[in-house]
Formats: sequence, C-alpha cells, structure tokens
Amino acid sequence: MSLPATTMGALAAILIMALVTYLTRAGGVFVMSRVPIGPRVERFINAMAGSVLVAVITPMAVQGDWGARLALLATLGVMLATQKALAAIAAGIVTAALWRLWL
Amino acid sequence: MNDRPGAQLDLAGVLVGIRRMAPLSLFVVIFGLAFGVAALARGLSGFEAMLMSALVFAGASQFAALELWGPEIPLLPLIATTFAINARHLLMGAAIQPWLAHLPPAQRYGSLVVMSDSNWAMAVADRQRGETNVGMLVGGGIALWLTWLAGTLLGVIFGSGIEEPERFGLDVIMGCFLLAMLLGGRRDLSMLAPWGAAALAAAMVWLPPHSHVIVGALAGGLVGLMVPARPPQEATA
Repeated sequence: MSLPATTMGALAAILIMALVTYLTRAGGVFVMSRVPIGPRVERFINAMAGSVLVAVITPMAVQGDWGARLALLATLGVMLATQKALAAIAAGIVTAALWRLWL
Repeated sequence: MNDRPGAQLDLAGVLVGIRRMAPLSLFVVIFGLAFGVAALARGLSGFEAMLMSALVFAGASQFAALELWGPEIPLLPLIATTFAINARHLLMGAAIQPWLAHLPPAQRYGSLVVMSDSNWAMAVADRQRGETNVGMLVGGGIALWLTWLAGTLLGVIFGSGIEEPERFGLDVIMGCFLLAMLLGGRRDLSMLAPWGAAALAAAMVWLPPHSHVIVGALAGGLVGLMVPARPPQEATA
C-alpha cells in the first residue's frame, strides 16, 4: 500500500509519521506505568535502533555511485577519528562533490 | 512513597531549560539546514519539509523518510522505519516514568511531545542531582524544536536556489547524516553482530522495494537478543 506524492498524500504521510513518533515518545511512559519494560525488550530495541539505520544506509552504498560510496567512507573515517558529526557529514558532502567534479 | 520529592512544571523552570539548551541548539540549526536542503533535493515542497520538522521533530527518522519518498510513498515501510528509528524514545520515556508520574496526566503527556535525545539526557542528569523541576525537559525541548524549525527554513530557502543538488554532493547528506548518528552513540562492540545482520539482510537485492528496511531492522533486533547481555559491572551508565 502506498500514498501518491501529491500534496494530500504527502500531508497524510507526514501526519502518520508524526503520530507514530508521538506514540514512541508517550508509549514508554504509558507502558512503564503498567508493566515494567524487561531487559530482553530493551536489548531488542537497542539493537533494532542502530540496525534500522544500517538497513537504510546499506542500499545507498550497494546501489549508489562511487561518489556516494566514497562519501560514506569519508563520513565513517572522520566519525571514527573525531566523533564530530558535523565534520563527518561535511567531509562526506565535499568528497562526493569533488569526485563528481573530477569525473 | 513520600521519601522522594515529586515533580513540578512551571514557567520559570521552562525558561531556565530554554536558556541552558541555547548553546547546543545552534548545532541543531545546521542539522535542520541539512534536512531542508535534502528534503528539497528529494522533491518535497518547502511547506512539506517545514511541516515534517514541526510535527515529527525527530531528525534521523525524517532523513530516513526522505529515502522512501518518491512518486509514491510506501506506507508500511514508512511506518516501520519511523517506529524502529524512534523506538529508543520508548526506553527514554520508561526511564523517566517514575519521575513524570508525579505530574498531572496533561502535563505528563504534554511534556513528552518535545522529548528528544539531548533534553532528555540533561533532564535525567538534573533528576540524578535531586532536581524536581522538569523544566529542562520541556524548555530544552522547546529550544530544540524552535531551532530545528529555523534550520529547516534556512535549508528550504537555501536549497530552492540549487538546480542540480547531486553536483554539489547534496544528495549524500541523508546517508552521511544517518551514518554519523549511528556512530555517534556509545561505543559498544556488541552491536557489530546485529548491525552486520541488518546490513546483510538489507543488501538482499531480491527483496521487494523498500522492504529491506523492515527486514534489516528485525534481523538486527533478533540478533541483538541472542548476543549475551554485558556483565552488570560494565554497565556503568
């Protein structure tokens, strides 16, 4: 099932995202006041939180051009070296721009 | 249960929270700018980008949603991706539930509208020092919301002047942002197994379009259950 990217479709998609996000914000407080969240659920959520980012990024590296791949590598390198997110993202953008300029 | 002080929410506390978050909020403007530019590059209108920042107010899930945006927006992957990325809020909320329980329900669930990583972390630190005022959570959240929105607006203005975003490397903002967020948390090598599983699952090219996000998130979560929990003496956080 999918929504058309018309104004109404996009509006509906944004409202659905907002609702889902608020449910995660309020859900922990709501659930915890009734049943405590156990360590197994916590481990599943912690592992899933990073995994979904990995799952979004992977196809960009697999299907992307070398500009995109090198950009991700640059971000990875700067992030591991400095832990500075802004610098890492900037390095990625500059790498992709330079690669495409050179081609 | 009267040995622990309760919780209160007042305007003074909220204003202090806004002021304490202000220095960090400047960085949020730049991330918001990146989102605005990326959103326009993906074909969202300026209004749609602003609306998403205002109502969703969760950076990583907004960038990931752009990745799903196209002539058609796949509904189930969008819901699953948004939920999986923001599921950490469930744990954050659970952690402060005993504190917020002292507030009336309207204030409790109203405060959670603006709960985000950094204002939550600062509020938790307040609580551990014995602070009862939840103004840091709400005020800090308001500061982050305003700057996220201001940044998005700047990005929309800036991005609308760019004809070919790929030439300037602007199409890689999403991937680089998400990768930086992934590596920006606590260093925890036990996450390598679930992340590896997620990457393998997501790289299966024969999967139906957009389902790789769901498959990857579930694969990573399940592998995370199998990885033994760290011994308690290591868990100093």
